[in-house]
Amino acid sequence: MLEQFDTTQDASSEVRARQSRDKLHVVAAKVTMTRRLYLLWEYRPLLLSLVRKELSVKYKNSVLGFLWSMLNPALTLVIYYFVFQKVMKNGIPQFAIYLLCGLIIWNFFSGSLMGAASSVVSNSGIVKKVAFPREVLPLSAVGSSFVFLLLQGIVLAIALVIAGDTPAFSYLPVMLFALLAVVMLVSALSIFLSAVNVFYRDTQHLLEIVLMAWFWATPVVYPYQLIAATLTRHHLLWLYFLNPMTAIIVTFQRTLYTMVSPHEIAAPYPVIPILPVGSPAWYASEIGIVVVVSGVLFFLALRLFGRMEGNFAEEL
Amino acid sequence: MPNAIEVDNVTKIFRLYQEKYSSLKERVIHAGKIPYQEFIALNAVTFDIPQGTTVGLLGHNGSGKSTLLKTIAGIIQPTSGEIRVKGRISAMLELGAGFHPELSGRDNIFLSATLLGVPVKEVQARFDDIVEFSELGRFIDNQVKHYSSGMYARLGFAVAVNVDPDVLLVDEVLAVGDENFQRKCIDRIKFFQREGRTIVFVSHSPDVVRQVCESAYVLDHGSLIGEGEPAQAIAALRESLQRGGAVGGLIIGDAQDDQVQPPAVIKKERSIELTSIKAYPGIGGSEREQIFPNEPIRVEVAFEVSVSVFDVSLTFQMISPANETIYSANTKDLGIEGFNLDASGVFELNFEDLPLLDGIYGIGVALVDSKNQILHWLDEKAAFQIVNQSRVSGLVSLHFTINSYSIPRTALELP
Repeated sequence: MLEQFDTTQDASSEVRARQSRDKLHVVAAKVTMTRRLYLLWEYRPLLLSLVRKELSVKYKNSVLGFLWSMLNPALTLVIYYFVFQKVMKNGIPQFAIYLLCGLIIWNFFSGSLMGAASSVVSNSGIVKKVAFPREVLPLSAVGSSFVFLLLQGIVLAIALVIAGDTPAFSYLPVMLFALLAVVMLVSALSIFLSAVNVFYRDTQHLLEIVLMAWFWATPVVYPYQLIAATLTRHHLLWLYFLNPMTAIIVTFQRTLYTMVSPHEIAAPYPVIPILPVGSPAWYASEIGIVVVVSGVLFFLALRLFGRMEGNFAEEL
Repeated sequence: MPNAIEVDNVTKIFRLYQEKYSSLKERVIHAGKIPYQEFIALNAVTFDIPQGTTVGLLGHNGSGKSTLLKTIAGIIQPTSGEIRVKGRISAMLELGAGFHPELSGRDNIFLSATLLGVPVKEVQARFDDIVEFSELGRFIDNQVKHYSSGMYARLGFAVAVNVDPDVLLVDEVLAVGDENFQRKCIDRIKFFQREGRTIVFVSHSPDVVRQVCESAYVLDHGSLIGEGEPAQAIAALRESLQRGGAVGGLIIGDAQDDQVQPPAVIKKERSIELTSIKAYPGIGGSEREQIFPNEPIRVEVAFEVSVSVFDVSLTFQMISPANETIYSANTKDLGIEGFNLDASGVFELNFEDLPLLDGIYGIGVALVDSKNQILHWLDEKAAFQIVNQSRVSGLVSLHFTINSYSIPRTALELP
């Protein structure tokens, strides 16, 4: 009884504190874009908790835990090293490193989209019972993929050290710009896909196929110049850059993969040209276009999400 | 007092599809001609809830009360209209919503609280309170999947009430858990009331609403049909049930529309009406303000008959100062013959001995016909007051005898 009395007294000061915190929540048929962005910002702790949840659940009960997400690219590296540099020589020097430079970005891209597409559907339990900005769900899928990207980046860094390669430091700012671009692009697509998948459940299956085609349309495994040379002859190079991932991936490769100009190395096998020849400014302008397009896509995705969100709780 | 919640002309229309087409192929095939019916879950509902009050939302299944609560919480958007809520909302629609079974109780507290929009710093500050309230102790670091359902519910409730909500929305979650836990929840809700927080309480248990709410709203088929003190609202609910509200399907048909229309709070033609409930001390005694414990009392229930009724019985309820039902009985169940009433008059109930202590007690009376339909229901919140002049305390006045005697020493010794 005494204890309760004490808490009541404590509470009176809290009441005052609370009264100053009189935020007004408005529930209406339409939510404005600014309010949507404000709420998203307010709920950043939730984004972090959801990312933490996804990461800790993924490797729960496994002995190596996080190491798995690093072992995977490390083993890929070793296998490709043996297959393409020792057994089947394909003309790309240090092919394993070239591959990894593009692959970790691609994995971030496809992993985010796959996770995000099903994020609202698989969290139907909370969508139906708790009010929070639902955009957090697809964004948390992007967030956890981003953590894996950083872990795989460590593997790549170790590989670069072992191979004795130094990145092209003059391109480093452009690479960070490209990182921003890919995060924006992925966020926009993730929000869009997560909403659409609620109403059309084939989205996630369709996405698998689209991603496979998209992967081969992007210079990850083969060198950029292989396609670009042909396209330039027909004045169709712009077609290649319709794929925003092209600009992003070549920027990463240009920065981290230093065997750009094959003439610099005395190769014992016929060499092929690999990356676009361009100054950091040229790369930056290509990325700039992607950033602008992604920004527009992000707002469109938020709008569409907002229009569909009202029916989530009923549809699930 | 400013309003904590303003519900402004809120309408929610659900589309009920005969068949759900959720794949692209099916949508293309059936494009534009997916058969559906519109179902009005909420029909232009408007009301305000002042700050610091506890309000009940009553209604039978499918009346729209849960939809309304979800709309206030912001989980579903209204088709038209607007709801304005001041301050932080904590909605308890399901205890432990958002818990992940693989994570520990500790991680789940953070996950669940951030889901409710609480900054991490605040969760850290309240962490010990949450653990203490949940009574989980050292189990807090175990995975939630190993918890019993009671532990799960306790943790969920602990998070929901410890996030310092200004507005608490509760949806029949108190139905889970053992009695001890339920009492704890009710205590906590009463504590919130004393702190001046606003609580909206959805229930179809009139007892709970009577116990905790100051006022209540009654919904029927998505429309607000009654509001007022719990007793009034409960009476309105009973009448809506009686009119077939409970059996009414989801779809509003034309035939039923007429039945929905008459608001229960507006008087309608009744064959018989209860007009007053009065309690007097002593058999044959006169009206006196107070009654003493263990005194005989006489209750007079006046009624007015407009059409003769036959074979009716009387349900009598006595309500404690804490709004709990102390006693409830129907005369037929007690083996008393049904009454045939053709003129206005008075029922006289004599209680030879009322073993109750201090407080203001309420009486509820209902007239029930032979088909078990309630003809009229009347509640008197403050029917009589008992004043206890002795030094005993509690709820009931007990009588006992006491003796003292000594046990012979030899009987205790072993042979």
